[in-house]
Formats: sequence, C-alpha cells, structure tokens
Amino acid sequence: MEDLISLAVKAIFVENMALAFFLGMCTFLAVSKKIGTAIGLGISVTLVQAITVPANNLILTYLLAPGALAWAGFGDVDLTFLGLISYIGVIAAMVQILEMILDKYFPPLYNALGVFLPLITVNCAILGGSLFMVERDYDFAQASVYGISSGFGWALAITAMAGVREKLKYSDIPEGLQGLGITFISAGLMAMAFMSFSGVNL
Amino acid sequence: MAQTYRSMLVDPMVDNNPITLQVLGICSALAVTSSLQVALVMTIAVTMVTAFSSMFISVLRSQIPSSIRIIVQMIVIASLVIVVDQILKAYAYEISKTLSVFVGLIITNCIVMGRAEAFAMKNPPFASFVDGIGNGLGYGLILMLVGTIRELFGSGSLFGITIFETVNNGGWYVPNGLLLLPPSAFFVIGLLIWAFRTWKPEQVEEREYRIQTVEAH
Repeated sequence: MEDLISLAVKAIFVENMALAFFLGMCTFLAVSKKIGTAIGLGISVTLVQAITVPANNLILTYLLAPGALAWAGFGDVDLTFLGLISYIGVIAAMVQILEMILDKYFPPLYNALGVFLPLITVNCAILGGSLFMVERDYDFAQASVYGISSGFGWALAITAMAGVREKLKYSDIPEGLQGLGITFISAGLMAMAFMSFSGVNL
Repeated sequence: MAQTYRSMLVDPMVDNNPITLQVLGICSALAVTSSLQVALVMTIAVTMVTAFSSMFISVLRSQIPSSIRIIVQMIVIASLVIVVDQILKAYAYEISKTLSVFVGLIITNCIVMGRAEAFAMKNPPFASFVDGIGNGLGYGLILMLVGTIRELFGSGSLFGITIFETVNNGGWYVPNGLLLLPPSAFFVIGLLIWAFRTWKPEQVEEREYRIQTVEAH
C-alpha cells in the first residue's frame, strides 16, 4: 500500500508528466490560455489516462509479453514489437468509447469537454504514460495508480500554467517574445519550481 | 504547382518552422536535446518517419474515407515508428536506451500528424515526401541548435568530444549544470523564438492588450 502511495506522489510531483518529461507539450502550450478550458482538458486527460494505462497493462501481460500467448498454444511467441501499434489503437478506441458514453449519459460534461476529447488521442502524455508503464514493468495495481496520478499531475500543471498566462497577457513583454516565447520561459520557471520536489524521497 | 520543390524543402527551416511558428512537436524537442548525438538521431528518425508517412498517406489519400482518416494515418505512422524503433534497437542500442520512450512518442509527434493532415491528404506522393523531409529538417534544425547550446555550455563538449576542458579534468571551464536539467530547454527554446522573431518581425504575435504610454508634458 505504501509503495502505491509513494508511486502516486512521485508521479504527480517529482516526475510530473508535463514539467519533468515534457509530455503533452503541444496541448499544454496551445490550450492553456483560459483556466476554465484548462481544467476541462485536465479532467479529460486524467480520465483517459486512468483507463488506458491499466488497459494497456492487461494487453501487454496477456497478449504481447514473451510467453503470454501460452494459453492459446503459442508458448514461445514474443509480440512485444507490436506494442506501439496496439497501445495507440487502444488509446484511440478508448477515447472514442469514452466520447460516446459521455455523450449518452453525461451530456453536460460532454459539452464542456467538447473538442478536447478527440484531441487527446494525439496527446503524447497519454501514450507516454503507457510507454513508461511498459518500461518500468508496473503490475496491474501500480499501472492503475500510475495512470490516475500521472494524469492528475498533468492536469495540475496545465491549470497552474493557465493561471499564470491569464495574468501574463496584461504585462509589457518585448515584441518578439510575445505569445509563444514568454510562455516557454514561464513554463521553464514552473519546471524549476517543480524540480524542488525532486529532493523528496519516498 | 504553386510551390516549387525547393521552397517546400526550404520554407519549413525558417519562414514556417514547425517548432517556432506552428508550435508542433515540442515534447521531444525539449526532452532529447541535452546531448547533440541523441538530438541528431532523433532528427533523422523524425525526418524519415515524416517523409515516408506523408508519402504513403498521400498514395492512399483517395482511398481513405474521411471519417476514419485519423485512425488510418495513425496506423501508417505507428508501423513506420515500429520499423525505426527496431532498427535503432538493432544498430544503436545505447542511443535507443537514452531515447527510451521518445522513439515511441514520434507517433504522437504533432509534426507527423500535422503534415499528414495538412499536406499529404491534398498533394501527390512525391511532393508530400519532399514536404515531409523539409518539415523534418526544420524540426531538426531547432533540435540541433538547442542541442549544441545545451551540450557545449552544459558539459563543455560536442558529440561527446571535449571542446572546453572542464575544471574537473584540470581545465578552465566551469560547466553550467542548469543546462543539462529539463527547465533549461524551455529557456533556450523561448530565447530562440525571440531571436527568430526579431529576425523575421512578421512572425510576431498580436498582443491581446496593448499598454498605452502617456506622453508626459
């Protein structure tokens, strides 16, 4: 239990998806102009991340890993090279299913998330989460915790960034640094602040 | 054909750079630039994937139903990335370890998808191939610039060859450790964008709020 809690804290703060690994940067920079939309996007990323990481973990353990197909009589088959294409397939399918479920049963949430849901398929934070799960050999429980907390960490980062940018637009910035440039530099400062968590040992 | 092949190849370098102007493919640009060698491998990998995926998608463009085009594009791109990943694991294992998940993340690199969607779906195969190479190189240019700055000032070397002898080895250069840490990548790219936009003022973004200066009498 303790190791799961420490994994969660580590995934949220120390190894923050956006600020330590730069995942999901494109959306992070493009959709952080308003706090409201940033929160909506953050929630959808957390949702999708919480579903896809454990789902991909199951696929890896029962279909792709060496010897995983023993139940079907193919004991010595190693399909790990198909990993990338299966993970992205699972992600695309999950996003589609989630979109349909939300549309049918939670229309307000669906309308609030709007265009961000389909965009999540190509958010590197989602695929990155699954790939880190593979690389670090998480089991199913760890994968579930990692999925939720890494998504939450990303949501936290984009909300904070949106807060900074809402204030930033009133400030007097040199012409060439306007917009994208200053956003990069403030993201860098935020990343430095998050680095102070790296001393936390759990 | 309105655009010549030459302009397709050269435009994305400065005038329409994927990173500084189109804001595509930032994730990997930040993460793999702490050493120049890794940045070079990443550049080659992304250029190859972009060029070939644009070409194949362009070949298939009239067969793909528009409602499922994203999934078809994803599958083409993912297959190519698997090929790149396997090649790297076979011939450059050390580098593929350093790149770790970032090879896989070429799939979600927005440059690849962006070019497939914006260019390859409307243009013939060869033009799409050239466009893919051009955008890959434009991305690579920024990657190499950032990589050079970070490796030279962060550890005093280029491609692992010592340029500035560091203090630890009895030389004179005190390496700036910050440049090897993640936040520096943000600063370096932010400043590069500033430099690019000072050089090409038409790329400057409009302000949402302009600060009025009042003349003092």
